[in-house]
Amino acid sequence: MFETRIHGRGGQGVVTAAEMLSLAAFIEGRFAQAIPSFGSERTGAPVIAYCRIADFRLRTREPVSRPDALIIQDPTLRHVGGIFDGLPSGGYLLINSARPIEMLGIDAHLGHLHRSRVKALNAGQIARSHLGRPLPNTALLGGFAALTGQLALESVLEAIRQTFGGDVGEANVRAAAEAYRQVAAKSRDRRHA
Amino acid sequence: MREQIEGSQAVARTVASCRPDVVCAYPISPQTHIVEALAVLARTGKLGAAQFVNVESEMAALSVAIGASATGARTYTATASQGLLFMAEALYNAAGLGLPIVMTVANRAIGAPINIWNDHSDSISQRDSGWIQLYALDNQHAADLHPVAYRLAEEVSVPVMVCVDGFVLTHAVEPVDLAEPERVDAFLPPFRPRQVLDPADPVTIGAMVGPEAYTEVRYLAHTNAKRALERLPVLAADYAARVDRSVPAIADAYRAVGAETLVIAMGSVVGTLEDTVDELRGEGVGVGALGLVAFRPFPVDVIRAAVAGRERVVVLERAQPTGSTGVIGTEIRAAVPGGPPIHSVVAGLGGRPVTRASLKAVIEAANRGELPELSFMDLDTGLIEAAGSRP
Repeated sequence: MFETRIHGRGGQGVVTAAEMLSLAAFIEGRFAQAIPSFGSERTGAPVIAYCRIADFRLRTREPVSRPDALIIQDPTLRHVGGIFDGLPSGGYLLINSARPIEMLGIDAHLGHLHRSRVKALNAGQIARSHLGRPLPNTALLGGFAALTGQLALESVLEAIRQTFGGDVGEANVRAAAEAYRQVAAKSRDRRHA
Repeated sequence: MREQIEGSQAVARTVASCRPDVVCAYPISPQTHIVEALAVLARTGKLGAAQFVNVESEMAALSVAIGASATGARTYTATASQGLLFMAEALYNAAGLGLPIVMTVANRAIGAPINIWNDHSDSISQRDSGWIQLYALDNQHAADLHPVAYRLAEEVSVPVMVCVDGFVLTHAVEPVDLAEPERVDAFLPPFRPRQVLDPADPVTIGAMVGPEAYTEVRYLAHTNAKRALERLPVLAADYAARVDRSVPAIADAYRAVGAETLVIAMGSVVGTLEDTVDELRGEGVGVGALGLVAFRPFPVDVIRAAVAGRERVVVLERAQPTGSTGVIGTEIRAAVPGGPPIHSVVAGLGGRPVTRASLKAVIEAANRGELPELSFMDLDTGLIEAAGSRP
């Protein structure tokens, strides 16, 4: 089982991101579950969503407390208490940020993680260039596929198409594909360094 | 065909396959997505001949449903929480009039304090309204219960609530095999009411009944409920055979054979519970689970058989009757006099997650003989002390 927790703000498509992740896994013939965790229902309020992927039927419904991967859609959430809770030493962290990971002041949370599994991705910028709006969720999903290797990029793109359809879907597909290339390239650079 | 979809979508599309004549509902979280999905189906011509009636309140929603059903229309509505309470007067009328309305309750806590999250306080509060209550274990089950609910409702003339955990199920996206409409058609024939309100052939329904017959009316409703309990598993088995998967209708036992400790629960927490049972079985602990689906009518015989011979029973109560012990536990104690100790554990109120770790701790406490008759899972005693009270 691979468990992902996504943190973001109302209006950033946090819940939709978890749903698309589960859909991508379903497209690959795996079992998946996406669960939202709503706080007060308003734009800008912190939102959490979970996605579990497994090769067996999922039964548990509890929130993901020990995520294999953490996606942070809004960098301003990084100082919110508990956001990094439960991330194990083998876990992945993908954070939407224009600044490199070293400059985010979160080193205290990263000490136990493999450096190659931690990425800052300027998903807001990628989204702006493809969608005209800084909606980072689909770019982060492309980055997630490259970072974790849990899902093929094609499955993520198909999930995005099925979710949005039409021109909006294609623009989001381009954002996710570009994010995938950026994260994959960074990983290659590090391996070759 | 299996799809990765939201629980609300699965319910709405299955309801559409049941070919309702009238759909009326007033939106309230977390039921909203179901009604929105049905509205989209209606607008895009995928709700057949159904009339989608906009109403101004839940009281109006159920009142329209009662009127529609009395004319012989297959009728659907959905609500949650305060919306169900607002319907309370009409709920008793729907049942008393024997109208086979099917209603999805997207289970949610009741205020005050206002809380939009999941527990069973809403439907449990209406346990004596005369409606049949079925609790969905997951979204596949939630979808499958609706055609069964219509068949049962129309056969025994009793309305049915299909209770689906709000957010936890209604907003969860997971694989659901939606029955092809033809299969639902083959199982669920058009509604043929025994009596209808028709201006061309007028009758009176719901006339006053005085002391000379009111008890008898209630007695007949009670015996009819027993008949519903007999027919429910038969109809569910019929539907299950047509869709080629199991559709538990009374209760669903899991690794219960030889279990000294039986944990009984309703709704989506049963999935988490089954994972916990596996974990404990792996450690050699003799524990099993019983997912209770039919809460009304209460399946006394099934409970009696399931509880017989156990050392102890733990009941997860997703609603708390203030000033009394748990609702389900009390029913089980009454069903099995002189039986094993029944421990009511109030769990998952107002959206608090029920975790495997907490379930494990509760079961282990029960096995050590340290669980009282009534307890509250994960009670934050610090919070209570901070509020100036003693836990």
